[in-house]
Amino acid sequence: MPVVETDEQLVARCRQGDDDAWRELVDRFSRYVYAIAVQAFRLSETDAEDVFQEVFARAYQNLPKLRDDSAIRPWLAQLTRRLCLDTIRAGAREQPGEIPEPMGVDDTIEALDESLYVHEALATLPSNCREILDRFFARDESYRNIGDALDLPAGTIASRISRCLVKLRTELEGRNPVSTESGG
Amino acid sequence: MRTYNEETLAVLLRTLPAAPAAWVKAAQEIPLARRGLDDIVERARADQAFRKALFMDAESTLEGAGFDSDPALLDAVRERLTP
Repeated sequence: MPVVETDEQLVARCRQGDDDAWRELVDRFSRYVYAIAVQAFRLSETDAEDVFQEVFARAYQNLPKLRDDSAIRPWLAQLTRRLCLDTIRAGAREQPGEIPEPMGVDDTIEALDESLYVHEALATLPSNCREILDRFFARDESYRNIGDALDLPAGTIASRISRCLVKLRTELEGRNPVSTESGG
Repeated sequence: MRTYNEETLAVLLRTLPAAPAAWVKAAQEIPLARRGLDDIVERARADQAFRKALFMDAESTLEGAGFDSDPALLDAVRERLTP
């Protein structure tokens, strides 16, 4: 099984100017930032793209100022949240008064935190399981497409998915409970 | 401790779809952009002699033009300029 670096270790490598570490960091949190923008704040794809790029540009710029390397996730969530709100406010500039956050942002981000936790566990599974679960659930690919891409008989995909879900559950049950505390 | 059944796991995996690949790639290239990737590509598209020199000897050409010439930047320049 692959050994996955902790957030803290990854951030430490980024601080040292390691481009591979930065690519890995973007890869690790891209879904999270994207989901906050489009699910919690319901931004359009155009606005979400602007927020997405700005989040990572500011993260790159300000990474040396992060007080606790292990707090990268809540820090990114807070940054994304602030930029989403700025975008909504900018779009409603002609309306007087304070623009509130959309309803349910906290609940959505809490669900995304848990989902990210599951994705982190997924990253520790063997590559065949990672690939098949990600393609089926997160990329919404059909059995046929997955079979073609992975050179597997389409009739075996469902049972493979089921076996991989069991492995994922076992991995999660061996971990600590999910924490959604914020910081940064 | 939170327990997960297959249905819960399926929902949680679906909750985080992949971000568009082009967005991810652009964000991953931020360090390269800070080192001048966009400027180099723009110049290579406008200046045929510079472009040709880049393909002949990228390292010297970039250094001569005042840019970094680290391998990651060279790879990204080649990838952007290759049709």
